[in-house]
Amino acid sequence: MKYMSEYRDPDLARKYLTEIENTVSRPWSIMEVCGGQTHSLVKNGIIEMLPKKITMIHGPGCPVCVTPLHLIDKAIYLATEKKVILCSFGDMLRVPGSKKSLLEAKAEGADIRILYSPLEAVTIAEQHPDKDVVFFAVGFETTAPANALSVLHAHRRGVGNYAILASHVLVPPAIKAVIDDEESQIDGFLAAGHVCTIMGNAAYHPLSSHYKVPIVVTGFEPLDVLQGILMVLRQLEQSTAKVENQYARIVREEGNIEAQKVINEVFEVQDQMWRGIGKIPQSGYAVREKYAAHDAMKKYQVNITEAPENPKCISGQIMKGIKKPFECSQFGKTCKPTNPLGAPMVSSEGACAAYYHFSGMVEA
Amino acid sequence: MCLAIPGKINSITSEYNGMVRMAKVSFGGITKKASLEMLPDADIGDYVLVHVGVAISKVNEEEAQKTFKYLEEIGELGELEDVNEYLPKPD
Ligand code: SF4
Repeated sequence: MKYMSEYRDPDLARKYLTEIENTVSRPWSIMEVCGGQTHSLVKNGIIEMLPKKITMIHGPGCPVCVTPLHLIDKAIYLATEKKVILCSFGDMLRVPGSKKSLLEAKAEGADIRILYSPLEAVTIAEQHPDKDVVFFAVGFETTAPANALSVLHAHRRGVGNYAILASHVLVPPAIKAVIDDEESQIDGFLAAGHVCTIMGNAAYHPLSSHYKVPIVVTGFEPLDVLQGILMVLRQLEQSTAKVENQYARIVREEGNIEAQKVINEVFEVQDQMWRGIGKIPQSGYAVREKYAAHDAMKKYQVNITEAPENPKCISGQIMKGIKKPFECSQFGKTCKPTNPLGAPMVSSEGACAAYYHFSGMVEA
Repeated sequence: MCLAIPGKINSITSEYNGMVRMAKVSFGGITKKASLEMLPDADIGDYVLVHVGVAISKVNEEEAQKTFKYLEEIGELGELEDVNEYLPKPD
């Protein structure tokens, strides 16, 4: 397919690897922030092919993985007790809540639906005027325009029985939190290309200059990731630290202004809990008061006590890049994609699932 | 879930009483609808990146070549390399 398959050319990938080999002179740790890049690195075997001096650290970039436990419990409560039609993306359904997952609630009879787009949920609400429809709106900046649009569509079309349960996380504050964490030692970052498609690169310039770290906005195909690594590496070896854009075929410096307008219309920035990591200041979105009628947080008063995480799951350390999945005592034993203990084992973009599926580290 | 993939706009219609510009976008063999509200100047024939039913960016053809030329540009690839063999093929 145009603009996809060409970026998987093995010959050019080999040339990139050779160039990386020739450039690296000492050990460096590079974090790919986005789970899609983790998936690409592990699936295509790039991790194993990189020179030993380069350690790839997998970042917190999987929105499904960082959605707080109590929000999953809340979504389940809305579906089972409030009898709403609860819709979300497929990945979200398998994430374990404190007692069960949405998928298990669905098997028990709750009306829970997997959708490709939040816009479809507005149509479902129109078709079922006697029911409330809630879209469990998780995501990074990439997904925020679609989730915000669904609210605007409902507002304009007068669909009063539609609301979103928003769990939105923002990448730049998370990068800052990772750099500030004393346990993590990261020399350079591959920033998430699709996030920047929306927000542009503005937030990264102050981060890069303040912390003196190279940040390269990077795509997702194998050649994108390899080129991104080489660009970070060249900066590190030359002791420079700036923002570069590997993914310029998609990402404009200023991002997508129309999308930013829609996001700002519907959402405002707030402090946000990240599952496994904790609260990060100014790192999420809440629905603005103007659209409170479409905000499930306000529409349904649900007081669910915060349940503790499974103590055996070390997903927080995994997402901050302090440990690798195979260092978790549960990995591949009690925790598998069919029976995940923690969220990173659920989504294919979660680091644990990526390692489980592709890296051959699990005995059959 | 952050998957976003490029496809080609085949047709454009206006829906919801003219409120929303929607495109039919083909991804290889599959065709899906996508909102063009974030890309007011996208047109038929353009390649756009689509994420959960919303087109979020137009592919810049010129920039798309650069991944294939980067090694050459930084001067490390032999001069005899024929870059053209790596360039995206027409549809
Ligand atoms: S392998 Fe399972 S238990 Fe261990 S960190 Fe990953 S998700 Fe948690």
